[in-house]
Amino acid sequence: MQQISDILSFHRADRSDLIPILHEVQSRLGYIPPEAMQAAADHVGMSASEVYGVATFYSAFKFKPVGRHCVKACRGTACHVKGSEKILAEIEKALGIKDGDTSADGEYSLETVACLGSCALAPVLVVDERVYGRVTPARVKSILRGER
Amino acid sequence: MAQTVKFTIDGKQVTSTEGTTVLEAALSAGIFIPNLCFHPDLEPYGGCRMCIVEIQGMRGMPTSCTIKVAEGMIVKTFGPEIDKTRRDALQLLLANHPTDCLACVKNQRCELQKVAAYMGVTERTMQRTARPQAVDESNPFFKLDRNYCILCARCTRTCNEITCVNAIDLVSRGDETRVSLFQDQQFMESICRSCGECVARCPVGALVSKNTVIPSSEVLTTCCYCAVGCSMYLGVRDGKIVSVRGNSEGKSNKGKLCVKGRFGIAEFVTHPDRLTSPLVKGENGQVQASWDDALQIVADRFKTYSPDEIAVVASARTTNEDVYAVQKLARAVLGTNNVDNCARL
Amino acid sequence: MNLSGLREQANNAWKAVNEPSRPQVLVGQATCGEASGAGEVNHSILETLKRLGIEADVHSVGCIGACYCEPLVDIVKPGAPRICYHSMTPALVSELLEDYLVKDNPRPDLALGVWGESRFGIPALFELPMFKPQMRIALRNAGVIDPENMMHYIARGGYTGLERALKMAPEAVIAEIEKSGLRGRGGAGFSTGLKWKLCRQAKGSPKYIICNADEGDPGAFMDRDLLESDPHAVLEGILTGAHAMGAAEGIIYIRAEYPLAIKRLVKAISQMRDIGLLGKNILGSGFDFDLRIVMGAGAFVCGEETAMMNSIMGRRGTPRPRPPFPAESGLWGKPTSINNVETWACVSAIMEKGADWFSSFGTEKSKGTKTFSLAGKINRTGLIEVPMGITLQEIIFGIGGGIPGGKSLKAVQTGGPSGGCIPASMLSLPVDYEALTKAGSYIGSGGMIVLDEDNCMVETARYFLSFTTSESCGKCVPCRLGTRQLLTILTDITQGKGKPQDIPAILGLGKSMRQGSLCGLGQGAPNPAMTTIAYFREEYDEHINSHVCRAGECRALISYTIIAERCKGCAICLRACPSAAITGEKGKPHVIDISKCSQCGNCLDVCPKKFNAVVKVPAAGPAAVPAAKG
Repeated sequence: MQQISDILSFHRADRSDLIPILHEVQSRLGYIPPEAMQAAADHVGMSASEVYGVATFYSAFKFKPVGRHCVKACRGTACHVKGSEKILAEIEKALGIKDGDTSADGEYSLETVACLGSCALAPVLVVDERVYGRVTPARVKSILRGER
Repeated sequence: MAQTVKFTIDGKQVTSTEGTTVLEAALSAGIFIPNLCFHPDLEPYGGCRMCIVEIQGMRGMPTSCTIKVAEGMIVKTFGPEIDKTRRDALQLLLANHPTDCLACVKNQRCELQKVAAYMGVTERTMQRTARPQAVDESNPFFKLDRNYCILCARCTRTCNEITCVNAIDLVSRGDETRVSLFQDQQFMESICRSCGECVARCPVGALVSKNTVIPSSEVLTTCCYCAVGCSMYLGVRDGKIVSVRGNSEGKSNKGKLCVKGRFGIAEFVTHPDRLTSPLVKGENGQVQASWDDALQIVADRFKTYSPDEIAVVASARTTNEDVYAVQKLARAVLGTNNVDNCARL
Repeated sequence: MNLSGLREQANNAWKAVNEPSRPQVLVGQATCGEASGAGEVNHSILETLKRLGIEADVHSVGCIGACYCEPLVDIVKPGAPRICYHSMTPALVSELLEDYLVKDNPRPDLALGVWGESRFGIPALFELPMFKPQMRIALRNAGVIDPENMMHYIARGGYTGLERALKMAPEAVIAEIEKSGLRGRGGAGFSTGLKWKLCRQAKGSPKYIICNADEGDPGAFMDRDLLESDPHAVLEGILTGAHAMGAAEGIIYIRAEYPLAIKRLVKAISQMRDIGLLGKNILGSGFDFDLRIVMGAGAFVCGEETAMMNSIMGRRGTPRPRPPFPAESGLWGKPTSINNVETWACVSAIMEKGADWFSSFGTEKSKGTKTFSLAGKINRTGLIEVPMGITLQEIIFGIGGGIPGGKSLKAVQTGGPSGGCIPASMLSLPVDYEALTKAGSYIGSGGMIVLDEDNCMVETARYFLSFTTSESCGKCVPCRLGTRQLLTILTDITQGKGKPQDIPAILGLGKSMRQGSLCGLGQGAPNPAMTTIAYFREEYDEHINSHVCRAGECRALISYTIIAERCKGCAICLRACPSAAITGEKGKPHVIDISKCSQCGNCLDVCPKKFNAVVKVPAAGPAAVPAAKG
């Protein structure tokens, strides 16, 4: 809660600050808990339902705690035509979780994103902040291991 | 004074005032354009795409609910292209809507049904895309069955623009969009005040009162719950109040009601504890009396006190006009300034 | 401080790179470089220089567009031209530095090209097939300069266009832009000059301008590359536009998926502020302007201007009907002008070199150049900039080097999810706004995804519909439910459950969605399906009537089998099968049980090439029988 009020103290009490607030909450906590949405609502003068409506519109916002490492598989067109589905299946197999889930040990979260904009190197995978290009199913395990 | 605007709809000369939308102007000129997300109390939305028209000099098919009338405008409300586009949008809604109209409480009062009938749609042409949606029956007065929802957003806009409570909003996006509350709570866990304004504006069977009975007649009256004086129609059937609806002509409420007025009247009127005649306290306890006898007793007693010894307290359930009469009685007849009202809202 | 005082300092800084007194090493470190390992390469360079005891400067530069052979490293040795080396690895770059800087061997075998004339047997970089047909205006500095060093930008003529513009009346600046023939590079191709004029003339104050950096089209990455490689080119354009339109505040709306671009923008904006290019009385002209960055949050529809404005105002990113147009009533009801990243970068070039210079490139109605990102089944993937009107043939086979693996080209997908697929038979099509629209597709932001014979066109259409279905904002009926309806039909076809009446159903509904949807997302969503039906009808018919996917991409219509004579019983496929569909004793031919097989293709991928025992065949199983409607 202290973290949330810290974030709010840097923002104007204006609804145009809502999305920046949500971004900051997520970057600190990894997700946006209900109490953060309620606090943001009170701060910018909206109802909590409205904040929930805005937050759920944007697919970047997450509402469940995430793992220590975040794996993002690109589902952009270039990645798709170069077989991103197989990469995703391989990651799902390696981590034992599906798109949108977090592994039981809290190590990994897996999500798909619309396009990472590294299409020339498709298929692309991002682990935490690192971008991996020209990924093959065979490389998936070593990429994931390298991050451990 | 708003400027008068002359323009043409389907070859017919129409006169309207500046700032009116094409849809409103058409409807008041007796020209029907199908519509679902439009509501006269709400800001234009442009979501259902039923009211699309062609306007000379404008690209594509704009929605008549979002375009303001302009001098010399030439509007076409039907034609094969418009009809096909509108019909496909309607078919998409029907493919995503329950099929059994008889099982719906809004049957025959449903605006989707009305639009389908107007357009002569008798069969569904698209693949069914409906998926089971959550139903919220937590509220004692109304329920939200999202399976019937067409996402016209009238309810969420009502909660935002009219009641300013913002208990409900659209959540998520695409065909995952749903009318919901914070954290997808149930109504009774939320900040919803159960005013039912959303229910009153739902065009379909998504937000409906529980125990809906269609009245055989309606009586115009004023709500007796507080002094605001909301004008309302009580629906009556077999001598009982079965429905309540705000009178949009009402000066103080413009059609709006609160939870008590909308959902509490029938129970209140017919409650067994309600006093229906004066009671006079005597040696045998409280005894029923006629109004003449009761008022005579009060008048006689008043005479035994000096004006300063009298205080008058009016009920909060009386109208403003009645409260005015009470203070007049106190000041002019009884000669006291000790006047109050129990309303502490 | 004024700019003329800085120019000398800038020229010296730039000279120190190009005519150096000690070796200069420039590493391409945009996101694509990083994804190929440029970070490790950079690390290795620093280690090697230290080990060899060489005093040198190492710079990070942006991306020159040759993403296919990243990481790229340029070396400028005193007295020698800048040489570009490709496909670097930490070991290779270490070897290169030692050979070139110590042993004076420029290693032509590792080089891509020389900046300037051919030397040491290394070809001239800009004479290479990939670069020769290009004309780099928006990308003029991309991969050339260090994007975080403002001096480099200024030395290359940066901010001279702004200085010129500030001395001109706003109306004259707009007239110059109008004269250049520049059209919005975000997709719709509306005249930029006219757009500005409408905003200039609109009543209301303050006015806002927005830079649309919410590059959402999957397969398009020119905006990312431009912002990562040359942020000041864009910022200078924004400043020019603010002066022309009389805007007091600017907002750059950028997608959150581009962290490096955001970082470089933040840095560039603070550099501008430091030298008085933002704030009050810019360059003493009496013009006040400030700029801030707003991050998107993963919603494709926010690329639509009214949706973007809602998002900036902290609302759900749903579009609203127009009119009123943003030029009259935009952010907070005030006049607002939204222009795309590449458009802004063209503006700064036009103001520097003049409208006539810009309009000397391109075609009659589409002036100047356009950036395109090449991705998919093409040899030289990357980012290019070409004069409008160049043919697809030149782009795909000239610049892009054709299709890898000896496969044949099937189609080029342009314009993102609202675009279409142009068949190989139409390669002579000139690329401009009008020609692509006439072919049923459109330029869009400039993404080009090349598809070869292994790509199924029905599956491609299904993919795009799955994208638009999940990215639809949900406000209007034709888009929210129409995309779902089309996706349902296309999914059925790819699964062998299609019906002949599906084709007219798609075309009919598609037309209604084009006409009836609220914004461009819904209006364009049926395009991938409609153009693939127009150009690849036979593939649809085969799926529907014969349950055959000629590309072998639709899982339900293919099957895998093991050729017994070739199988050595090594059991590699057996272990790789996720469905336990493969059985067989060690050393004896294995068999796939079709009823258990999920057609994932793992067995084919893992079967050793020397055996080549697993093959993909048309499904003979349940899919061949017309399936009951589910």
